[in-house]
Amino acid sequence: MDNTKRYERLRERYMNGGIDRRSFLGLIGAAGLAYGVQTPFARGALAAAEQVRFDGWGGVVSEAFRKHAFDPYTEKTGITVVDGTFGGGDEYLSRVKASQPGEYNIAHLSGVFDYARYHNLGLSSTLNEDNIPNLKYVIPKLTDVFRKVTGGTLSCVPYDYGTTGIAYNRKHISDEEMKEKGANILLDERFKGKIAGWSDWRTRIWYASLQTGQDPNGATDMDAIWEAVRAHRDLLLKYWSSGAELMSLLAEEEIYVTEAWSGRVYALQEQGHDIGYMDPPNGFGWQECLFVMKGSPMEPCEELLNFMLAPETSIAVAEGQNYPPALDPTKVDLGKKIPTLPAFDPTGKLDGLTFADPAYWNGNEQEWSKLFGRIQKGY
Amino acid sequence: MTVEAREARQPYLLLSPAMVAVTLLLLVPLAFIVVYSFWLRTATGADQAGFFLDNWREALSDAFYRDILLNTLKIAAITTLVCAIMGYPAAYVIARSRGNKAVLLLLLMLPFWISYIIRTMSWINILGASGAINSALMWLGITDAPIQMLYNEASVILGLVHFLLPFMILNIYVSLDGIDTTLEDAACSLGATRWRTFLEVTLPLSLPGLAAGGLLAFVLGAGTYITPIVLGGPTDAMFANLVFEAIITQLNWPLGSALSLMLLAVLGALVLLYNHFLGMGQLMKGLG
Repeated sequence: MDNTKRYERLRERYMNGGIDRRSFLGLIGAAGLAYGVQTPFARGALAAAEQVRFDGWGGVVSEAFRKHAFDPYTEKTGITVVDGTFGGGDEYLSRVKASQPGEYNIAHLSGVFDYARYHNLGLSSTLNEDNIPNLKYVIPKLTDVFRKVTGGTLSCVPYDYGTTGIAYNRKHISDEEMKEKGANILLDERFKGKIAGWSDWRTRIWYASLQTGQDPNGATDMDAIWEAVRAHRDLLLKYWSSGAELMSLLAEEEIYVTEAWSGRVYALQEQGHDIGYMDPPNGFGWQECLFVMKGSPMEPCEELLNFMLAPETSIAVAEGQNYPPALDPTKVDLGKKIPTLPAFDPTGKLDGLTFADPAYWNGNEQEWSKLFGRIQKGY
Repeated sequence: MTVEAREARQPYLLLSPAMVAVTLLLLVPLAFIVVYSFWLRTATGADQAGFFLDNWREALSDAFYRDILLNTLKIAAITTLVCAIMGYPAAYVIARSRGNKAVLLLLLMLPFWISYIIRTMSWINILGASGAINSALMWLGITDAPIQMLYNEASVILGLVHFLLPFMILNIYVSLDGIDTTLEDAACSLGATRWRTFLEVTLPLSLPGLAAGGLLAFVLGAGTYITPIVLGGPTDAMFANLVFEAIITQLNWPLGSALSLMLLAVLGALVLLYNHFLGMGQLMKGLG
């Protein structure tokens, strides 16, 4: 019997004098209270079979996912994909921490360090790889690093990769000057007030490592690193905190040079802006994955991951978001556009990219993120 | 039940939905924050329950937090002053206008129909390097290169004034509208100039509204974090940004809780001071 029918019967009894007014109102109130209390907890379970929540980076990336993956998936399966956005893995983790299990399902996480953090907080799931046959097309190196973190199983599938290199306005900085100065261009006094930087502590320390001639995955002189971070801050117009803000600052010529995400710069170039992009030696490479949270409806999630890894979907998304897909180019024909994207590796070995070492970065996360927060504000 | 007993019970019945809402949505979360402030964040980002004073010790003894708090109070004070100077004449015009008062009040409310974030971001298109003002200046040949007007303390204050001015105007307006104009007429008929009438009759009688508007502008200004993010430079952070960073970026909810309670205590003390000298009645009128 549904709730409407129950209410109608109760009302009929009241109208017929079967129960008094006080009892009628009391029962209605109790029903309302019970509904209000159970709804937040039942919502996830009720929605599980009908929808999957996906959270990503917004902007052109989300548009590509929506157009090339979610809409076709919903059309094929009838399962709705609710997509949200975040500005970074830290912000998203905070939201997940405050949520009920199952409220968030799949996240487009960046870096193995985020995968490890989420796993360490008990948020990882175990994917049934038999339900994701398209995983065979993925570059093995990308999958292996995740397996190491979660003891051989996977809580995600690798999806794309890219770099955080340096974007520069060619009206003011030539390609030759960029090659000559590399990461040190971000400390060039000549561009004071026209330099920006991502407000992400890892990126700041990574680039400070390059500027001080240290290994970004094993700096030994942290004092020099913090001095470089301070020097960069003092030349800065502002720290940007989202891809949309990065694109706006470059497109509006508020800044001439900043580190930037390769795909966003490619999008600006496609729009006709004369923005150059280079990865300095040991530039920040990263891979992104589709991470399934513990408590999510696994089968619909695995079905969505498999759908998204299908070469036609993955290639369409990659062309839309301007990041090379995790598909192995030696196994799958990636078409004409993808080989032109920044950071693309035709060998499928990714030897030219330097990825963040999760143990090194997560081991120092608490201390460095806090100290950077202070330096960022002038200390 | 007697009529007296029923009447005595009525206020509580009428107030109970609001009291339940305040308890569930304000007091209970606040209690959680108090509890959280005594926990610890572990190296993995998980919280360790217990009774630790570390967060409070850090929040109260670290000069970094004190300096940012003082800077926040300074920015809020400047914003409040600017709002008062700009808001009083506007409120006076609305209160003394005849016929078009409703239209003017509607115009005052219009900004609330647009998201605060959108309104804040609109300044980028006005003050930015390729924004309206710089484009006009360069087109007129007044300057060759864009003038840097964004991402500094001044642009943060401008954004806050934009956000808070309607609150100030509304409060002053309510106060001015309640003044019996025959008092001003009486002062004039006794030989006072219009300026002296304003200084000795109108202004003193409207001070409660000005104070209420000031309190609202100050409290809301000191608690904002969006405006410094969007319009501020690297060193223009306010205290709420520290709370945001502790909770969101560093995943340190316990420290973020202690910091948010610290800000709450400072702003709460200001509200108590206001209540002691002026009472909350005027504030409620302005909010209504």
